[in-house]
Amino acid sequence: MFESLDYYRLDDVLSEEEKLVRTTSRQFTEDRVMPIIREYHRKAEFPSELITEMGKLGLLGSTLPEKFGCADMNYTSYGLMLQELERGDSAIRSFASVQSSLVMYPIYKFGSEEQKEKWLPQLATGNKVGCFGLTEPDFGSNPGGMRTTAQKTANGFILNGVKMWITNGTIADIAIIWAKYENKIQGFIVEKGTKGFKTNIIEGKFSLRASNTAEIVLEECEIPQENILPITDGLKSPLKCLTQARFGIAWGAIGAAMACYNESLNYAKTRIQFDKPIASFQLVQEKLVYMVTEITKAQLIALQIAKLQDDNKIKHTHISLAKRNNVSIALKIARLARGILGANGISDEYNTIRHMLNLETVITYEGTHDIHTLVIGEDITGISAFN
Amino acid sequence: MNIAVCVKQVPDTEARIKIGEDKKSIDESEINFILNPYDELAVEEALKLKEAHESDVTIISLGPDRITSSMRSALAMGATKAIHIKIDSTPVDPMITATALAQVLKEGNYDVILLGKQAIDDDNAQIGPILSELLDIPAINVITKLDIQGDVVIAERQIEGGVEKTEAKLPVILTTQRGLNEPRYASLKGIMAAKKIQIEEKNISLTDNKIEIVEINNPPQKPEGKIVGEGAEAVPELIRLLKEEAKVIS
Repeated sequence: MFESLDYYRLDDVLSEEEKLVRTTSRQFTEDRVMPIIREYHRKAEFPSELITEMGKLGLLGSTLPEKFGCADMNYTSYGLMLQELERGDSAIRSFASVQSSLVMYPIYKFGSEEQKEKWLPQLATGNKVGCFGLTEPDFGSNPGGMRTTAQKTANGFILNGVKMWITNGTIADIAIIWAKYENKIQGFIVEKGTKGFKTNIIEGKFSLRASNTAEIVLEECEIPQENILPITDGLKSPLKCLTQARFGIAWGAIGAAMACYNESLNYAKTRIQFDKPIASFQLVQEKLVYMVTEITKAQLIALQIAKLQDDNKIKHTHISLAKRNNVSIALKIARLARGILGANGISDEYNTIRHMLNLETVITYEGTHDIHTLVIGEDITGISAFN
Repeated sequence: MNIAVCVKQVPDTEARIKIGEDKKSIDESEINFILNPYDELAVEEALKLKEAHESDVTIISLGPDRITSSMRSALAMGATKAIHIKIDSTPVDPMITATALAQVLKEGNYDVILLGKQAIDDDNAQIGPILSELLDIPAINVITKLDIQGDVVIAERQIEGGVEKTEAKLPVILTTQRGLNEPRYASLKGIMAAKKIQIEEKNISLTDNKIEIVEINNPPQKPEGKIVGEGAEAVPELIRLLKEEAKVIS
């Protein structure tokens, strides 16, 4: 089985359960994701056959309580699980992130008891799939400007608007839709099949091809009263969900980086040019050392945010720093690894180019690299560069 | 039905083995340990029996503290109890291991005792047969299929050119071979549930060691290949060498 880079013996700080969670996730990635991912990436389709299997293993909503059918794990375990999934492909990790952090988490946090009992167990098994609609065509980094609206009717609400770049969009049974209601941002559950709810797949992606990405159109879409998420509190609520998801991204990106490092290291040791392995050249060694150093630093960051999260001491800016750094170094590592692979690096016979292209999405979604820079900048100076 | 599974923790199949400074042991400092893959088959089979007959599955293992991680992984798959026979290092002599296991197994009154046909580290394949002798109950070795109806055990074994069907009465010892089943992954919920199970610790005085490792060596380096010639004219010489030197064809 894959052995992940552990230059600083960080495994020593992991508990038995945390290592077991990683083993299960690693076996799943090895046995179920790796054999099929290239094909799904080629045909730009999400491997839906994996969904219930992920549910059975407990990979969905795994930090939530047992009474909803979840594993009630700590955040280090959750992070390790996502790291392994993203070592397979960012699309698989994105699926788990969206289902767990952006669908199950808001229902758990902002939903009524009835909503939790109705939806969480089904989402945990993967029998139902969810998606999260916040971003709009004209509002990405600035979601507060959204145009989607909700209006009260006699029996519920009418939603109007367009949501864009929605992971799981066309395969989802429910959508968590964020809309302006009485001048405040409010969350709603919209079920697939509701009149006026339409999804269109986004074609032509060069990145995250194995993920399902869609546009959601809400046209006089009427939902019942009980579908409002009662405990939402303005824009803060969806941002809390994103903080959860970014935590997972900070861990997941390490997985993609490890995959690229391993592939390029093995290649460099066996590829012979000028009668010696290219790993013997100083320029190649420098690249590999950069990768080991940055992955090790990213692992330390990830472990610490998990600890802060478990101890309830985390600030959203801690997670911004982790997401910003870990994704950025993962992308740099993927590009360097692609270079070491030479011409072979442009073919999907190797995994690196797939990771490299995926990471262009990962550095963009859930707060772009630049926005996280400004979030941290605001935190340390007290001056907002964008508000 | 009361089921026991005897397991061993072994180095990961991908671990790079380094010989220790004493030249008699393996340097364990950088080794990742796993549950012996043949024992995983035994755990899976026990869990299937548990599901069919509502029984307890007890994991029993002998070794230093580090082995609890592998016992935990068997519990995470779904086993219900675990007994750790604590010793400082894993014995070299299978007789010692089997005697200690037999002592614990006697106390448990197990109907079915499952274990892998061998451990992938020392490849001794002796524990099952020795246990059969010590406990005086039948052992069916290297099974690839199992069916238990009442107290009748029917097991299949792969033999040269065919399949042998064997029958025995409970209690029975079964050693497991690839093909018997596909071991399940430990689910995340199973892992969290296993955390709550207390592993029972036992101290047992071991019997005398009668086997000593004198030396461990790395396998000899592969000799460099020989290029016999090129094209069709090299074929007769190649055939001659394969026949006379390598003796792989006749």
